Amino acid sequence: MQLTNRKKVVAKKEMTFAEKLYLPAIANGMSITFKHLFKKKATIKYPEQLRPIAAVYRGQHVLKRDENGAERCTACGLCAVACPAEAITMESAERKKGEEHLYREEKYAAKYEINMLRCIFCGLCEEACPKEAIFLTDRLAPADFKRGEFVFGKDKLVEDIDRPIDLSGRQTQAVLEFKKDKTKAHNQTWADKQKLLNTKKHH
Amino acid sequence: MEIYLIYKALLVLTVFLIALGVAAYATYAERKVAAFMQDRIGPDRAGPFGLLQPIADGIKMFMKEEIMPTFSNKFLFILGPSLAMMTALMATVLIPWGGDLVINGETYPLQITDINIGVLYIFGVVSIGVYGVMIGGWASNNKYSLLGAIRASSQMISYEIAMGLAIIALLMTTGTLSLREITQQQAGSLWNVVYQPLGFLIFLICAFAELNRAPFDLPECETELVGGYHTEYSSMKLGFYLFAEYINMFISSAVIATFYFGGYNIPFQEYIPVDGNVLAILQLLFFFAKVIFFIFFFMWVRWTLPRFRYDQLMGLGWKVLIPLAIFNIIATAVLMYALGKV
Repeated sequence: MQLTNRKKVVAKKEMTFAEKLYLPAIANGMSITFKHLFKKKATIKYPEQLRPIAAVYRGQHVLKRDENGAERCTACGLCAVACPAEAITMESAERKKGEEHLYREEKYAAKYEINMLRCIFCGLCEEACPKEAIFLTDRLAPADFKRGEFVFGKDKLVEDIDRPIDLSGRQTQAVLEFKKDKTKAHNQTWADKQKLLNTKKHH
Repeated sequence: MEIYLIYKALLVLTVFLIALGVAAYATYAERKVAAFMQDRIGPDRAGPFGLLQPIADGIKMFMKEEIMPTFSNKFLFILGPSLAMMTALMATVLIPWGGDLVINGETYPLQITDINIGVLYIFGVVSIGVYGVMIGGWASNNKYSLLGAIRASSQMISYEIAMGLAIIALLMTTGTLSLREITQQQAGSLWNVVYQPLGFLIFLICAFAELNRAPFDLPECETELVGGYHTEYSSMKLGFYLFAEYINMFISSAVIATFYFGGYNIPFQEYIPVDGNVLAILQLLFFFAKVIFFIFFFMWVRWTLPRFRYDQLMGLGWKVLIPLAIFNIIATAVLMYALGKV
């Protein structure tokens, strides 16, 4: 019974004299390699030359600060829940009086760790974050000789207060459009939710 | 007479240095050619275009730890690479690099020495090269090395027969064993490859096998034999083996150019309106151009064709090339008799 039409009958036919000589085949092969001498090279000379990357490239994470330099993360744990590789762990703490300049919300992440060996750089943490606190950047996670060094803590993840990491490249038109869309639960504030509930009641 | 001796000594030194230089840069060229054929760039970090790469490689070779296997025969272990290197360099003696230089009425030939059994000498020296491989593989006291050495020597011996038979046909048409005379016969006339196309083809294939180069690089096929006969070698002793291979390639290219492609002769050189000495220099350069082309050809083939299986290798050598070479001798003889050349 014929299941597909991909079947090929292999005939072990006698080679002709020209084929037995192998020389035409060799000449053919050599002309192919000779043509490759002049072809464009695929090599990118790495340190001097960089491979072009997408605007929304997903590299090493950053924990952003707000415009006053306070950490945006409120340790809600949504990123850890969203993470398919279970690479994120955190411990929350309550903000004390006088720490308002350090943490934006009343609750903050006292400990925030991403295991870079587990991370698959899918960007779901960035997508899950309601506070726009965690972002993936175009930086490459550096290599190391010890596995322990790959558990990145807040010291490596939170951006330097004097040298904020520029993420404007990630705010592409499509991203900005998405952020405006209040029907997406991700973008809703409490007031938006009330408004949406009210419109649903009307219908 | 003294000047003559000094000249010869200088010539020996020059040829020695050129052989080493060409071999060093052949390693660089090999990597570049391989890279370009695979759409890569190749070594480009050491110096402009990576031109200092051979020097870096040489320094690396010398700095490597020298390991001597405990149960190896120390004397033979060192003799192996030395022999390979020595025989490779010995064959340079006979190559006619260019025409004669005439300075103050004295002729200075651009050839170290011309002996009337030159072809035989080259064959003899090349045959000794097998000992370098064999001794090295045996002295290593390692089964992979020994297998590689056995493969190398049986391959070399098998292909030497076909090679010798191909040369016999050439000698029938030229009537001389001196490389200088073979070259001079081709001056202003057709190159020997026109008279001996089949002989040339057989010689070329055998040259690949003699050099242990792809597609006949079975003695050192990494997938089967770890590293072949030089598995146990490290440091500059390994460097000697690899280097000897490239010197051999240089010599083989020079021999092929001399035997079949007019040696140092430039086509229509009698119409070039220059002085004899200038012509000799031009011939030297032209000869090197031919040699470099053949070196490139060796590399070109290496990065095109896959490796033979061992039984295919032996089958090709004994069942195809030797009968073909014998047929070539007979055909040459019949043709020469028919054309009244005998």
